[in-house]
Amino acid sequence: MAYVPLADRDHEMELHHPHTWIGKWVFCQDHKVIAIQYGSIAIFTGLVGLVLSLLFRMQLGFPETADFIDPSFYYQAVTMHGMIMVIYLLTALFLGGFGNYLIPLMCGARDMVFPFMNMLSVWVFLVSVIILMASFFVTGGPTGGGWTLYPPQTTLAGTPGHDMGIVLMLISLAVFIVATTMGGLNYVVTVLQYRCRGLTLMRLPLAVWGIFVATILALFAFPALLVAAIMMLFDLLLGTSFFMPAIIESGTPLDHNGGSPILFQHLFWFFGHPEVYIVALPAFGLVSDVLSVHARKNIFGYRMMVWAIIAIGGLSFVVWAHHMYVSGMHPYFGFFFATTTLIIAVPTAIKVYNWILTLWEGDIRLNAPMYFAIGFIFTFIHGGLTGLFLGNVVIDLPLSDTYFVVAHFHMVMGVSPVLVVFAAIYHWYPKMSGRMYHEGMAKLHFWCTFLGTYAIYLPMHYLGFLGVPRRYYALGSTDFLPASAQDLNTTITIAALFVGASQLLFLINIIWSLRSGPKAGPNPWGAASLEWQTPDTPPVHGNWGDSLPTVYRWAYDYSVPGAHQDFIPQNTPESEEPTVDAEHFDPDTDGSKADV
Amino acid sequence: MSEATASHEGITGLVDDWAADKQAYHVPWGKAMMWIFLVSDTFIFSCFLVGYLNVRITTTQPWPPQSEIFALSFGGDPIPLILIAIMTFILITSSGTMALAVNFGYRKDKAKTFWLICATAAFGASFVGMQAFEWTKLIVDEGVRPWGNPFGAPQFGSVFFMVTGFHGLHVSAGVIYLMWVAFRVKRGYYDDKGFEIVEIAGLYWHFVDLVWVFIFAFFYLL
Repeated sequence: MAYVPLADRDHEMELHHPHTWIGKWVFCQDHKVIAIQYGSIAIFTGLVGLVLSLLFRMQLGFPETADFIDPSFYYQAVTMHGMIMVIYLLTALFLGGFGNYLIPLMCGARDMVFPFMNMLSVWVFLVSVIILMASFFVTGGPTGGGWTLYPPQTTLAGTPGHDMGIVLMLISLAVFIVATTMGGLNYVVTVLQYRCRGLTLMRLPLAVWGIFVATILALFAFPALLVAAIMMLFDLLLGTSFFMPAIIESGTPLDHNGGSPILFQHLFWFFGHPEVYIVALPAFGLVSDVLSVHARKNIFGYRMMVWAIIAIGGLSFVVWAHHMYVSGMHPYFGFFFATTTLIIAVPTAIKVYNWILTLWEGDIRLNAPMYFAIGFIFTFIHGGLTGLFLGNVVIDLPLSDTYFVVAHFHMVMGVSPVLVVFAAIYHWYPKMSGRMYHEGMAKLHFWCTFLGTYAIYLPMHYLGFLGVPRRYYALGSTDFLPASAQDLNTTITIAALFVGASQLLFLINIIWSLRSGPKAGPNPWGAASLEWQTPDTPPVHGNWGDSLPTVYRWAYDYSVPGAHQDFIPQNTPESEEPTVDAEHFDPDTDGSKADV
Repeated sequence: MSEATASHEGITGLVDDWAADKQAYHVPWGKAMMWIFLVSDTFIFSCFLVGYLNVRITTTQPWPPQSEIFALSFGGDPIPLILIAIMTFILITSSGTMALAVNFGYRKDKAKTFWLICATAAFGASFVGMQAFEWTKLIVDEGVRPWGNPFGAPQFGSVFFMVTGFHGLHVSAGVIYLMWVAFRVKRGYYDDKGFEIVEIAGLYWHFVDLVWVFIFAFFYLL
């Protein structure tokens, strides 16, 4: 691909304008098409993950009603559900989907810096998904070792998918990492080097900040997973012993000795914990923008929000072993990792307070994206608080590997980011498609999802305190579990089936509105950030028509006293409208109080 | 590093750069992208080396004596690590020719740039060739395999083939990348665009050399 010198950005970027249908919609270098391709693949894969979760919930809620769900299938469904949701849905959707769509538009750029590599990224991602899906069709089926893939369990004969399934999973992950790296380099460099005139880093919308820092985390955390995958592939295919100690299986010693299973756990969680924030930070950023726009108020404490994102990103690299308290590590390590883990609560709490204070005295418009955004604040506080429980060694030890952990991470990195995904899709849908979604259906979708997920995960906390272990095929009869635990499991399954079915509302809404939704206009929410100021809706290839925009203010000038309307687009000069961005902030004329 | 057009030095200049509109570094995007990629790649090699050190501690058998295994005899007594020394010398020399190529690139001396990049690629190819020779010697003559070897801990072979193989892939990719850049330099592709691409390719090449120094120190000397 051509190297384009852009030291002086007044030179226009060279864009490849295709003329064929395939060039425009299949092998396309336009970041918006790539974003929709990324998003569609991710959502399709996510639906597979959703169906898998409903299947294994069926087994837990109604044991022995569906006889094709045997223990092997159950473990395979649990494993694939976890991996699909964390990596192939959320990571791909936030970075590949929203990152691709929003970064160039919010930065006032015509495209990513390296559109060709961006296109390669989505196709390599598709290859990784195909490899992943292929594991359903090979001998032995997909791996059933749990999404953490801990050796030696995943590689031993008792585990389903120990032959081909795990190999395909590891190859698929390695290919996914290549795709993420190609995309991620583009996102980071576009934010750093490709902003339009007047757009300083401290004027970027928080959505860009969240995706930007998350992408840096991805670039530095995925290498650990890549190395772990390569080492385990060597163990599986070449018979090396990186992760395999001497093991006697059914009376026969295996050909391995001297490896360290704990090494895999360290490598996996050195990736795995930043991965939580690779998913969470874009969600933080996107939800900040949605809250601010629909509350008609500037985001509270913009600078602190940015620094909190950076602090969380940095801290996320020094907390990984809090996933390993039960692995038998030295108590001093536990002390260190518990301390760093609890310190993360500080910048996270800053963000939560600032979201709530953004709502304070705002002129709140309860549109569907706002429903989801406020719902996110609830679920995130909830999941964050249980995180404080699990961050402490002494509380974690009895709760480890129980449903309490399942409930915690589903609230904090399952439900919360997914609510933001919905908020963001509804919020930017008018820009992406040019049409409005159906508001009533979207709100119904919210209530079903929000209340439904609480019905699923609140009882799980209680099950966890009872001591119900996670990942068990069936509870059976034990002394320490009351029979009512099974009743609760049945209730959870019914709620899960309900939530799963209600996602059809979302799909129908999105697909139906593509053709039949009312025309949205260029800026239906009255949003100030740059992506709503494009000359065309949806934006065309090149985004900005004849000349790039110039930015004069931050992205949060809402309800500014003395302004002509209740928002001031970022590209409105100071001469036309008053300025109250962070750099000229005067507390006496606080833009948040619209007392004109 | 870059010809900073910012008016300030030191911390103030850094703050000015990061607070500027349009771009945070006064470099073309390709160079910024290569920097970030190399940091990411550093994490990969760091994980490999940490993994190596870890299995070297956990393995139950003694670690094989590297200086004897990697010795080579030219008719007389075997000289320890001689082949590795030559390989390291060649790779570091190639960094020198690469630096010269960058210099001549910025002077728009296309012929010299082309030949210096070709020389760098040739050094790189000979490095890979010697690595192939070393692998052959270990596999065929000494019976070292990824899953075991006659000298001691089986992890020795595992780590050796994995780490040097991954580095060898980097060198091979670098050779192809350099040949591609050299070809385009000769064709005059960069006459209008500028010759930063030579420096960007050079960054990658120096990085691969630097990684080798660490592999050399951690694996052959430690």
